[in-house]
Order: sequence, then structure tokens, then C-alpha cells
Amino acid sequence: MFDDLRDLYQELILDHGRKPRNFRRLDDATNHARGDNPMCGDRMELQLKLSGDVVEDLGFQGRGCAISMASASLMTETVKGKTTAQAHALSDRFRALAMTGTCPDCGADLADEMERLQPLAGVHEFPSRVKCATLAWHTLNAALEGSKEASSE
Amino acid sequence: MSFDVRAVREDFPVLATTVRGKPLVFLDSGASAQKPRQVIGAMTRCMESAYANVHRGAYYLSETATEAYEASRRAVQGFLNAAMPEEIVFTANSTMAINLVAHCYGRGVMKPGQAVLATEMEHHANLVPWHMLRDATGIELRFVRVTDAGELDMDDLAAKLADGKVGLVAVTHMSNVLGTVTPAERIAKMAHEAGAKVLFDGSQAAVHRKVDVQALDADFYVFTGHKLYGPTGIGVLYAKHALLEKMPPFLGGGDMIASVSLAGSTWAAPPARFEAGTPAIVEAIGLHAAIDYVTAIGMPAIEAHERALVEHAMRRLSEVEGLSVLGSAQDRGGVFSFSLDNAHAHDLSTLLDRAGIAVRAGRHCAEPLHARFGLEGGTCRASFGLYTTPEEIDFLAAALVKAREFFA
Repeated sequence: MFDDLRDLYQELILDHGRKPRNFRRLDDATNHARGDNPMCGDRMELQLKLSGDVVEDLGFQGRGCAISMASASLMTETVKGKTTAQAHALSDRFRALAMTGTCPDCGADLADEMERLQPLAGVHEFPSRVKCATLAWHTLNAALEGSKEASSE
Repeated sequence: MSFDVRAVREDFPVLATTVRGKPLVFLDSGASAQKPRQVIGAMTRCMESAYANVHRGAYYLSETATEAYEASRRAVQGFLNAAMPEEIVFTANSTMAINLVAHCYGRGVMKPGQAVLATEMEHHANLVPWHMLRDATGIELRFVRVTDAGELDMDDLAAKLADGKVGLVAVTHMSNVLGTVTPAERIAKMAHEAGAKVLFDGSQAAVHRKVDVQALDADFYVFTGHKLYGPTGIGVLYAKHALLEKMPPFLGGGDMIASVSLAGSTWAAPPARFEAGTPAIVEAIGLHAAIDYVTAIGMPAIEAHERALVEHAMRRLSEVEGLSVLGSAQDRGGVFSFSLDNAHAHDLSTLLDRAGIAVRAGRHCAEPLHARFGLEGGTCRASFGLYTTPEEIDFLAAALVKAREFFA
């Protein structure tokens, strides 16, 4: 009945949705932000540890659907160890990927990282679910910029 | 007229369509119902041959449109068994009707020191206007607790009325999340004994049950056209005439005045006082057609059909492993909110959509109620209409079993 939904719910996404990585509180966070999707009740609290220009560690807590949990989990894995400029670049590219399914402006740099996020590209076919995938990245931007609230509305 | 769901379905063109290659199984009528040809036709005919502004022109078309608009008001009067057509105010929807009461009765008639008593099971439309009233006037806001079964705690209701400060009880007649039908007659009696007026949000109930505002002794009763198989953009406020007469206007403009000079204006009598500007004329004609439609089938026949569906759904949904249905009220209508133990509501609704099943996912404009049951992440909701069949419920139950396997 649901076989064609395996494109959206790939095994990697189900796995990260069930067992999100970096799902923890950081004791030594320097930045944090809260992300809310008021329409569906998804909510996350993201913490970063910045060391100079580098995102040394990330942790998140919260609740949400498989897509939003998996996206947050993959985001933390992908951004860890990147500079803030790279983190912003990844955020822009991921949002293009989630909304259109492709990322025409994705250059050779960060190609491996974008490859890792590719399983979430399927959400672009589900307009009501794009926000689930982008919430973590909106929240990342808010945390990087020092603001405390993000919304994928 | 006996109830034949197959014949009813023929009246709704959309039910013959497919979604993603699958026959549409529309289980979101609680959010907004589909429209029968009778409504679509009436609105088309109005726009093609009988349309002009109302209450303004002394020419044939305007007089025809005015008569049709006022005939709709009389149809609503009959539908609710109101004492007179002047007790029926057309609004945009239930939300606007409740805001009208909060503004014109809450600010206009209630006094500081009084309280509004709402409940934990209200839709945001019957919560937020009272928050705004409280914040603007200092009128106190109280809430009746909801039991674990999803019913109103009637002892708590009595306790919160006891000090005599409550000026208005604002309560749903049927929960849009739990399906619970509240004991409206008893609530009205308790409110009146405590010196309070009572408002019922009938957005859900008016679709599923025969409503008699005089038998209920309701002071205010609101419902919306689009959930009653009518168009969007038209809703109804019923209020006892003596209350409407005491209330100042809501919006200012044309059609709601007795006289206007540059120095000031005086208000028209109800209901015109509360219908400023050109109203939703075509939508009022559509609502009339919708009322004629359900009345011809018969509200008792619709209620009997839906009671059978509710029993069927309770049985079938209870057989789905890992599924929890919210609420277990004794008296419930065709609304079921549920969650699966291994799937989030949004993931589940995406799967069901793939099978052609339309359900709502989220908190259904009732965040406090979801918080009350520890379900901040939301639920999925299947809600029935008069066109819903037992086979559609079987199909939903089978899809839920498959969905649980998918996420296993």
C-alpha cells in the first residue's frame, strides 16, 4: 500500500528518526535557539558549542515527526566541525534541496555533506512536509546568529 | 425520506474523484465538509440570474436578491427553531460569531468583576476571543476541567459557577477533537440558575444533531456554513432577541445604521445592527440550499446513520494494534482523534494520504486539550459526514495496520 513512500521514508531517515544522533543537552554550549512549528507542534531546542569560528559540537532535544527528527539528527552530524560560514552555506543549500529536490548552486565544496543530506530531498514532493525538514536548519541559523526563536512557519 | 448513503454520495461530485490514483476517502469533514450539487447549483443560479446587492435597490433584481437573502435567514431560524428571524445574525463563520459576542456582549454588556467560564476542550475559536476580552477588560476567565474519558467535569462546572460571578458560560456543543457531545440542556440550566448566560459553539454539533435553541434555552448559539455542506464565508450567530437589543454594534458601516450625520450615527435594530457592509449574499443562498438539503434527508436520519458509523468505527479502530483513540465519552459524534504507538501524526497522515485517505494531523486548533492529554505532538483525526460509509472506515483501519508495519 505504501511502497512508493520508501523514497520519502528511506531506511536512513527512519533510522535517524527512531534513534536521533546528538540528541542530548550540551553542558558547555555557547549558543542556543528554540525552533517551533506551531502548525504541527514540532519543537526543538538546539545548542551549539562555538570555538572561535568553528562549530565544535551540537546537541538537540525536542519532539517531532520522523522527518523533522531525522533532519535535525543529520544536520547535527553534518555541521559538526564546520566553520560558521560553511554551516550557513549548508543551510542555504539544504533548504534549496528540500524545496526543489535539487541544488543547482551546490558547487564541489561541501559535496560530500550534501550527498549525506540527499535522502531528505524527497520531501519537496510533499509541500506540507517541507517545513518538517527545514525546521532544524532554521533553528541552526537562529542559534548561529544568536537569536533565540526560529519558526519554520 | 429514508437514508440511502449511496444516493447521498451521488450528490457530491468530489466523492467520485481519485487522489493519487486511489478513490478519495474523505475523512476530514470536521474541518470542512464537501458540497452537494444542490448547494453548488443554487449558488450558480443566484450568480447567473438573481444577483444584486441586498437592502439597497428599489429594482427587480435587488428586491429578488433581498428576498432570497432574508429567506435564508428564515431557513436558519427554522433549522435552529429560533423564535423569530431577527434572532439570526449572519457572520463570516463561527469564529466571527464568537468574536462578535465577545466584543458586543463581553465588552458591551458584561461588567468588570464578572467572569467568563469556558472549558479545556474548546476550539481556539472559543478560547482566544475570551483571552482578548480578559486582556482588554479585566473580566476573569475560568475553565471547566475535562475528565480522562474526555467529558466535561460537571462537578467542576458547578463549583466554578458557585460564586455567582460568571456572566457567560462559553462551551462547545460537540468537541472537534474528542467527538464528545456535551450535555447542553443541563449546562444551560446550571448557567441560568447561577445567573449566567450561555453560548454554545455548535460548529460540529449542528451538523450531526437536530438543534433546538428554544429547547436548549441557549442564549447564544453559533455554527458555520462550510461544515454543514454549505459554502465558506457564511456563519450564524443565534442570540435571544432581548440580548441582541442590549448589545452595541460590532463593525460600523453601511446597512447597520438607523441614521447617520457627520456628527454621529444611531444603530439599526438587530439583526441589521450586526451586519455592516455588503453581506455574503451568494453564500447565504448556498447556506439555505444546504439547510434544505439536510432537512430533506432529515436530521434524525443523519444522526442515526452517524451513530451507526461511530459504533462501527469504535469497533474497527479498537482492533488496530498500537492505536489509541482519544476520549471515550458516552455520547459522542463522528469525530475520532487517534495516535499510533510507532508513528507521529504527520508521518501517519502522509501515509494515509498515499492511500487516498484525507485525515487531519496536528492539534486541530485545540492546543490546550492536546496538552491536557499529554499529546503536544498532535494526533490524527478522522471525522465523518453524512456521506461516510462503513467501508471507508474499514479501509482506514486496514491502512492503519499497514502504516504500523511500515514504521516497524
